[in-house]
Amino acid sequence: MAPVVIEARGIDKSFRVPEHRMDSFKERATHLFTKMEHRRLRALHDVSFDVHNGEFFGIVGRNGSGKSTLLKILASIYRADAGTIRMAGRLAPFIELGVGFDPELSGRENTVLNGVLMGLTRKEARHRQAAVIEFAELERFEELKLKNYSSGMMVRLAFAVMVQAGADIMLIDEVLAVGDAAFAQKCMDVFHERRRAGRTIVLVTHDMSAVQSLCDRALLLHDGEMHYLGDPEEAALRYLRLNFAGTEGESRGQMRPAMADFNVDVVEARLHDVRGHPIENVEQGHPIVLEVALEARRDLADPRFVLSVVNAEGTVVFSLTRDVDGGVPAGRRVRLAGRIDNPLVPGSYSLDCWVQRDLEAGDLAVQGLRLLDFVVYGTAPALGLVSVHSDLEAVLERAAGP
Amino acid sequence: MSEEPADTPVLREVRGPSALGGGRRRIWELLSLIAVIDFKKAYFGTALGYLWSLARPLMLFGVLLAVFTQVFRVGSGVPNYPVLLLLNIVLFGFFQEATTIAVQSIVGREAVVRKTQFPRLVIPLAVVLTTLFNLGLNLVVVFAFIFAWGIAPGWSWLGLPVIVAALFVLTTAVSMIVSSLYPRFRDTAIIWGVLVTALFYGTPVLYPLEVVPGTLRNVLEINPLAPLFELARVWIIDPSAPGPVESAGGPAHLLPAVAVYVTICVFAVWVFRREAPRIAEQL
Repeated sequence: MAPVVIEARGIDKSFRVPEHRMDSFKERATHLFTKMEHRRLRALHDVSFDVHNGEFFGIVGRNGSGKSTLLKILASIYRADAGTIRMAGRLAPFIELGVGFDPELSGRENTVLNGVLMGLTRKEARHRQAAVIEFAELERFEELKLKNYSSGMMVRLAFAVMVQAGADIMLIDEVLAVGDAAFAQKCMDVFHERRRAGRTIVLVTHDMSAVQSLCDRALLLHDGEMHYLGDPEEAALRYLRLNFAGTEGESRGQMRPAMADFNVDVVEARLHDVRGHPIENVEQGHPIVLEVALEARRDLADPRFVLSVVNAEGTVVFSLTRDVDGGVPAGRRVRLAGRIDNPLVPGSYSLDCWVQRDLEAGDLAVQGLRLLDFVVYGTAPALGLVSVHSDLEAVLERAAGP
Repeated sequence: MSEEPADTPVLREVRGPSALGGGRRRIWELLSLIAVIDFKKAYFGTALGYLWSLARPLMLFGVLLAVFTQVFRVGSGVPNYPVLLLLNIVLFGFFQEATTIAVQSIVGREAVVRKTQFPRLVIPLAVVLTTLFNLGLNLVVVFAFIFAWGIAPGWSWLGLPVIVAALFVLTTAVSMIVSSLYPRFRDTAIIWGVLVTALFYGTPVLYPLEVVPGTLRNVLEINPLAPLFELARVWIIDPSAPGPVESAGGPAHLLPAVAVYVTICVFAVWVFRREAPRIAEQL
């Protein structure tokens, strides 16, 4: 096994939160004899782990679980109350891209400034300047002041500096959330390449699909304590359980942002009209004819496919479930096709798929996968979520005679 | 493909944020880069860049010169009063400007402090260094005036770097104190604004110390800036003026000022080291 490059032992951290913040000498003086009341807010308790050379290590947890605090302690931004951290190699002392950029300086000058913040000497930073600009594809704009850059250009530049700084250990807080799809792909490529080059990356995120696809191991924090350390898929699963424990049956619309399906990939997803022509949108009242092909990423024992139609507000209007008996081996495809009655009122919708596995364990692996978006168009008044058939009649009754 | 290190990498303990965290080389690299960038921004960013920074002390000089030679006539009996006043204003301007900018400097670089490992001391130090460059440029102009006034250059002019160095250390110490207290006590900026104005009048900038009556002079002699300004007067402007020792009435009377100077420096180091690890949490 590769040597340990980050060793954390028994990390404790709590914040003193005064009941009344005294932000000035004046307040301090006028309350000289009132006792300062403090609450201790425990952020981390007894956290220990090792990260090995070349590892992609994930730190996951809900908001307030202490994961960002832990990252800041690793980056020497906060000091731990107890415990020790030892590291080997040069750390990129950054947890966010583009910090320290100066809008008044040109892109070229900013690469030097940021490079030095990243731990290079001025000489090294100047030396790598051209490579950074090239990587960021900003040759034409290197003399432009940063305040005139678009946000996309800024992100590219920041990422390029980080990559070119070539630190041994990188700490990253939710970096994958930035940039457009093409840039996100470039980030991914770089991460994979770094990993092959034996660089160590610590990523804090609550994007479980990133944990699944990138991390070698993950640490799950819950209320400042270590909840799980090891296999990233297990960590992701436990994270989801923690998130939704006791809230089963609540609106799934709320769960959706946190996760993406990692049980299956979508091969194709199409809508048809009744004559078999592909369509993008559906007329009100006409049935939805669906054709979806999914490929299992792993062996799915007794999977249940749940199709949900979600409206623009995130409410699940209705859902259908289909079980596949005998399971689906990894790599095999499952085809879902057929007609669905369409009671939907005009509006925009999405069709989501949830794949549950290990049903008997009451498993919560409810990872929503957006299959397609569509619009239901029509002229009927859109009152409520669905329109239903009825034989309800309204009859004016004869007035009761004297 | 992967470059496995031949032997086990050496684990070093990470001690968290501090005044000097990150090693001496990193501090020097950051400090010099930031000071140079700030300086460039101040002088090449605006059309009249350097002229503006010179305009302020010169205007202040013009006004004070008029007031203290025409209205109060303090300066009338002092030899070479105009050039003495100019030199004093520029020297005190360095102290005032650096400490005033330093107060909010750490909060001003909030993003860097909260999101990166950054040696905290670099921030106020860079401010003082930038202002020092400015002082250097201003002194060139001041010496042109002194020369034009007809004062012959002497060997004692070589003492100027010593005075500037002592002033630099004191300015740095005060900057460390105010910048590290500001994140916790936001009225530090107001308090320091008042204090520095009081110091302007409590330091022999507008007047030489020998015109101050006895009791008040004893109070002023506690001010560690006072001996520095008196030295500057003797060495640069007027060799016949009473030096700090002479005007204090013996070396023993200089001790309070020296003690205050040392106390400020020690206190600065203590308070900065104490606050530095926690600054990111206070912001």
